[in-house]
Amino acid sequence: MAIREAEPLGSLTEVKEAGLDREDLLGVYRNMVITRGIEERGHILYKQGKIPGSFYTGRGNEGSAVGVATAMGTNDVGTPLHRDMGVHVTRGVEPWRIFAQYMGRSDGPTHGRDGNVHMADSNLGLIAMVSHLPAMLPVAVGCALAFRIREESRVAVGWYGEGASARGDAHEAMNFAGVRRLPVVFVCDNNQWAYSTPTHLEYACEHLADRAQGYGFDGVVVDGTDVLAVYRETKRAIEKARAGGGPTLIESLTLRMEGHAVHDDAFYVPKEMFEEWAKNDPIERFRTWLYEQAELTEEEEDEISAGVKKLLNEALSRAEESPLPDPAKLADGVYATPEDLDTPHHK
Amino acid sequence: MAEKTYLQAISDGLREEMRRDKRVFVIGEDVGVYGGAFKVTLGFQEEFGAWRVIDAPLSETAIVGGCTGAAIMGMRPVAEMQFADFISCAWDQLVTVAAKQRWRAGTPVPITVRLPSGGGFSGGPFHSQNPESSFAHIPGLKVICPATPEDAKGLLASAIQDPNPCLYFEHKHLYRRIKAEVPDERYETPFGKARVHQEGDDLSVITWGAMVYTAEEAAQQLDSDGVSVEILDLRTLVPWDKQAVLESARKTSKVLVLHEDTHTGGFGGEIAATISEEAFEDLDAPVKRITAPDTPVPFSPQLEKAFIPQVEDVVAGLRDLAEY
Repeated sequence: MAIREAEPLGSLTEVKEAGLDREDLLGVYRNMVITRGIEERGHILYKQGKIPGSFYTGRGNEGSAVGVATAMGTNDVGTPLHRDMGVHVTRGVEPWRIFAQYMGRSDGPTHGRDGNVHMADSNLGLIAMVSHLPAMLPVAVGCALAFRIREESRVAVGWYGEGASARGDAHEAMNFAGVRRLPVVFVCDNNQWAYSTPTHLEYACEHLADRAQGYGFDGVVVDGTDVLAVYRETKRAIEKARAGGGPTLIESLTLRMEGHAVHDDAFYVPKEMFEEWAKNDPIERFRTWLYEQAELTEEEEDEISAGVKKLLNEALSRAEESPLPDPAKLADGVYATPEDLDTPHHK
Repeated sequence: MAEKTYLQAISDGLREEMRRDKRVFVIGEDVGVYGGAFKVTLGFQEEFGAWRVIDAPLSETAIVGGCTGAAIMGMRPVAEMQFADFISCAWDQLVTVAAKQRWRAGTPVPITVRLPSGGGFSGGPFHSQNPESSFAHIPGLKVICPATPEDAKGLLASAIQDPNPCLYFEHKHLYRRIKAEVPDERYETPFGKARVHQEGDDLSVITWGAMVYTAEEAAQQLDSDGVSVEILDLRTLVPWDKQAVLESARKTSKVLVLHEDTHTGGFGGEIAATISEEAFEDLDAPVKRITAPDTPVPFSPQLEKAFIPQVEDVVAGLRDLAEY
């Protein structure tokens, strides 16, 4: 059960066989453009002093995040991280709520109680991340455990990064999931830099996906700038998990195209590395593919761009109108009440 | 009603919740075939199957984190730590993830973690601790410390049905030593409501867990001196029954706070501070604390006796207070 290196994306026919028609593909492209647009506007908000604290983005990871989320079923769940804005966008979180979250307003998913991508809409099957990575992997495994106990054909997706791969939570989660063959897919966003630490100081194996063998399941390395390859590999892994075939570890290789956060200029990343990976920008790459393989027209592209621009402009205005959180409510909801369990998951 | 050990009451309570609520499952190390290190889940796997009584790898982080995920998906997991001491390996999952998820993301995490705690039988530094105060400091967690078989069953039912992460500290020294009548039917013992273990007029002892019985023995000696001692068993530390404590303090005007956990930062400090803030004018003596000293729990019986508050320590403390 050696690990595989995934094939690059193929023709429109191959992609259709994998489950996406032309309209779906335009949706995928749109979600990637929205994802980048949200984070680019986030930078502007930050410079305007409207975002407290620091600001984190996933530039370079849009294809990976959107690709994985596109492969998930409506009833599947996941624990996306700070480079995975594309997951929230694809699952249907409204951009104005994300801007409100960035600015600590009361209409953000955490109502100003947490910032950045520390958010999730549980009605969309997402669970909010914590800063301690990869603490969400055991949680994703627990979701899969619930599905297995109840014999539901649902799958959980747990994200982590190559930095987080060094922590024990990752080992415990994968070992337990392997032992019990739980319906979970592990996605490693390997963007090659854990803050300033390069991969050779994080792990000594060739690929992190190699570790899957040690846990008794499949591992695959995929080019994370290739949204369709990511989609296809995730779809395979999810279908396998859904059919009782156990977990898969997908290592999605990208480069973090900005600093760890906005305060970090990433001086430690060789310039040539940025230049090399800039040639594989996931959005540019997919756009070119759409022109070559799916007969994307300039009109269609312009329509998508204009639509996204309008969406995000309106989202920004709406978020800026969102009230600041009320300090008098600070202590509300530290403890849940029975009424809080009135959610789709608890019925 | 039937007389049961504290251990049997926990086991019965857990089995009853599993019978009536399909969402409840048990996960821990050696809880299945072996029935748990203390045999609380003996026979459970035969009755409920291997997917509701789950033998986990030696992975406290995966156990507690897994419970969190399953709870968010609508289950009511009950995790067993083999010893409360091992909860340190799952600190992050409890404190970073489970405790804060409702407040920050609106997602309740209804999990129960069973924690066999306490010393008294040479368990040494890693099988004897009472880490309840560390968790009482974390907003979002509930801390439960039953002292009687009746409460052990009722508080466990409440913990499992509570929509929050509940740490259920079951004192190992009570497991087979303490027997009492336990109602046969199902019931929930409410959190945050202290129990008067015995009424008294001259001195108050505020305590919980195994120390309730140490206090009781000490109070018997004071009784022969003609001093009447009230013993209040808090039952839960989060939430704790401030009102009952203040009422007892106002009634007797002299308060001893007693716990088996170590001294500095122990929950007794919180109780003493609250009494001095809110009932200062009613006191006839400074609030006294009797606790374990600030050391790890020792192994040798001679040392352990010096560590865990003994009946004679409490008698001496109560006499000091009586004479003040």
